[in-house]
Amino acid sequence: MTERYDVLVVGAGPAGLAAAGTAAAHGARVGLLDAQPRAGGQVWRHDVRKPAPRAAREAIAALHGVNLLAQHSVIASEDGALRVETPEGSALLTYGALVLATGARELLLPFPGWTLPGVSGAGGLQALTKQGWPVAGKRVVIAGSGPLLLAAAATLRAHGAKVVGIHEQASPDSVHAFARQLLHWPARAAQALSLRARLMGVPYRFGSIVRHAHGEDAVRVVEIEDAHGTACVDCDLLAVGYGLVPNVELAQLLGCALDHAPTHPHVQVDELLRTSVPAVFAAGEACGIGGLAAARIEGAIAGHMASGHADEARVLLPERDRARRFGALLARHFAPGSRVHALATPQTLICRCEDVTLGALDGYADARDAKLATRCGMGACQGRICGTALAELGRFPRGAGRPPLFPARLATLAGLATSPSDDASRSTT
Amino acid sequence: MSATVRLQVNGQPVEVPAGASVAAAVAHWTLHFRTSVSGETRAPLCGMGVCFECRVRIDGVAHQRACITPARDGMQVDSHD
Repeated sequence: MTERYDVLVVGAGPAGLAAAGTAAAHGARVGLLDAQPRAGGQVWRHDVRKPAPRAAREAIAALHGVNLLAQHSVIASEDGALRVETPEGSALLTYGALVLATGARELLLPFPGWTLPGVSGAGGLQALTKQGWPVAGKRVVIAGSGPLLLAAAATLRAHGAKVVGIHEQASPDSVHAFARQLLHWPARAAQALSLRARLMGVPYRFGSIVRHAHGEDAVRVVEIEDAHGTACVDCDLLAVGYGLVPNVELAQLLGCALDHAPTHPHVQVDELLRTSVPAVFAAGEACGIGGLAAARIEGAIAGHMASGHADEARVLLPERDRARRFGALLARHFAPGSRVHALATPQTLICRCEDVTLGALDGYADARDAKLATRCGMGACQGRICGTALAELGRFPRGAGRPPLFPARLATLAGLATSPSDDASRSTT
Repeated sequence: MSATVRLQVNGQPVEVPAGASVAAAVAHWTLHFRTSVSGETRAPLCGMGVCFECRVRIDGVAHQRACITPARDGMQVDSHD
């Protein structure tokens, strides 16, 4: 089955919703696809307990004429088209212009015990909880870095969890410097204060990290270290996330130039969000972590551009620049420190798909060598977790991806014009 | 929202709110989602379809990501693979 769109948008989070709504308002035939069952992305993920925020409802309501393609995963790219897989089958979606609004995932870093059931990402547990994961009455430790920890804690508390403590790895000095900067961002300051109010009574510690999770069949105790020493805390769930990294796999597959500095790649775009590939635009977190406001405004810019309205896109640039500065502020104050990078021991599993320890990677110069010898990064997640962690730990940058972008059914692969193994042999030789 | 969905996890009945994920339904009974290649028990890590730790068998189809699959009435979910 082939469907034709003037503008195809990948990712139905804030950036993608804005791009799709904007392009459709110009009269373009727009398709908006997402692997998730509902629009909203991560930040506006549907909560089974409460209505969506107003901004999310408005963005979804503004999708007049947009064909929302939920549970569509992009598997491969063909000339001017994307091959997608759905629960029912597969389809080829052709486009005149493409907007990559692929968002971000959580930076998940290895530490002893991180593979125990009950240990998850911070945004990860928030997402699970919003979709009905049972947390009422559970004791939860939240740790890692950045304001997402507070948002996760607030969601968990609203669903009846007992948040035992929030442990921010950034130093007290760094967090206080960030808080002073918030004075220049009144809306963000108000949001932070409102979150703190909802978390009244929950300890929020700085310079504090989870060193180790213990338990037999699930996490039972965590070891927490701060400037005063190490303490053991009983819990039922442990949620640890160290901020966000851009999802660039599709951009990479399309041949878009990436910016690799400083640690994790993002899609390179010019001022008007054009990637290095003609007719392909990128918006939001894929272009570097910038937060919700930047994602929404960039989505609108990309929507104007993809439907041929550059003048209307230009009007939005000052607003975009201001929003982007907030993202830079976050990166500066919450970057994981060296204590976090040193948590995994040689015995700690780094590749959770293939159960490869960090020590097994000693002596390999790059991700490809390590993969060929140890299977590290060869599993179902295709190195999204371990490759990103190894880059963050300073071992080696993540290896280039190849199709299929996600594990796919044979019937889907059979529909491809070019077999993935052909592509792979070309890209690695 | 008061509507609920009824399904079976490892042969046991579970009721979850409409809009809940299969992962949420499984977690009502067990944190054993899959067994790793070296025999460890695993449960969801990322919660958003990236890590593949939540893979379960749904209506006979193996390797489905429980966290991005909505729970539906009558589903048979098996997490013991």
